Amino acid sequence: MFVLVIGGGKVGYYLTKELIEAGHEVVLMEKDRSRADQIADEIGSVVIPHDGCEGKYLAEAGCNRADIVAAVTGDDEDNLVICQMAKHHFDVPRTIARVNNPKNEGLFKHLGVDELISPTRMILGSIEQDIPVHELLHLAALGGGELELIEAHLQPGSPAVGRAPKDLTIPDGCSLFAVIRDGVATALRPEMILREGDKVIAIGRTECETLLHDQLIGDAETAGAG
Amino acid sequence: MIVGCGRVGAELADVLDRAGHDVIVVDTLTRAFDRLPGTFGGSAVRGDGTDEDTLRRAGAEHADLFLAMTEGDNRNVMAAQLAVEALGAKQVIAKINDPLRAAAYADLGLAALCRTTLMADAVRTFLGLPTSGVPGIQLPTGVHPGGEHHDLTAAGGVGGARGDGATARGSTAAFGGPGSSRAPAMPEQEA
Repeated sequence: MFVLVIGGGKVGYYLTKELIEAGHEVVLMEKDRSRADQIADEIGSVVIPHDGCEGKYLAEAGCNRADIVAAVTGDDEDNLVICQMAKHHFDVPRTIARVNNPKNEGLFKHLGVDELISPTRMILGSIEQDIPVHELLHLAALGGGELELIEAHLQPGSPAVGRAPKDLTIPDGCSLFAVIRDGVATALRPEMILREGDKVIAIGRTECETLLHDQLIGDAETAGAG
Repeated sequence: MIVGCGRVGAELADVLDRAGHDVIVVDTLTRAFDRLPGTFGGSAVRGDGTDEDTLRRAGAEHADLFLAMTEGDNRNVMAAQLAVEALGAKQVIAKINDPLRAAAYADLGLAALCRTTLMADAVRTFLGLPTSGVPGIQLPTGVHPGGEHHDLTAAGGVGGARGDGATARGSTAAFGGPGSSRAPAMPEQEA
């Protein structure tokens, strides 16, 4: 596969390196000349020291025959434009954009970027996992962001404590599939009684979150006041 | 609504303000507003013109005309697309100085103002050489993803001059001109 990577920051650098190791054909574009030289010294002559936003240089980099274009610069507007140029002007089948500001996710999707990578959201997700809050934790976004992998830590007062999954009202398009109890993960059976301290792992559509929250965490007043 | 209060942005803000329109200018630097004349009667808002919330707060929703005039091609493209997709702007012009990108975004439904082409053509004309034949503002020829939500070809262009003062008419006609001459490209559609 021929992958064109734009942006030679840490993300672009490691991505290029890994793609090469995996046997793909890769070209990296980095507009800062000295950074481009530095990368070329380390991983070989796959670096084009030009601005990947510029149509002329995209063409020179062979954008029209790329299977994938990954725009991973630190600037959202650049990543958006690179993906749009790749998709609409160079007919690239798959475009991936790094979205630094989560606010821009909607716009990028709407404008036809195939896949979004949101470092900010990932970092927030990781931090959330380390801070005990009586909320649902977002473990990962799946299926292009339509599905979410969620963890619910059952606190005293949770309506799910003492009940089995089959007795809960689980929204359509949602599935509770595993429980972590005393550090041991097991598949969640419909008749298994949930206990305080259980971590229930669920997968579901993003819009089901409120309903899941009600079932597993409870509303704000009953959950985790103590 | 004008994003970017550089020389071009400030000049246009002044012109439109004098013509009786409600003008809002956004720039990330307060200093940029020094370019506006003392007589400027519109509002100047400090903020990032590629941020949807900032634009909303500044009052960009349903603008009759949205001009993206910053120094960055990509910032202009993003601001212009936000204006069309999220804010319901009726007519949008984005300054895109890379001729290739300008042509590509004209194809995707943004009116693209390209300084490179404009200036090179001005010099060619001065020297008596044939010009590129590309207009200074390339008109939208297609629709970009999401383009079904709006109507970039709205024939009136910036029709809504506040208070139907005769002063506004001249500039209205200037916007309307190119707008109405390319009507067949897209069907009229309202969300």
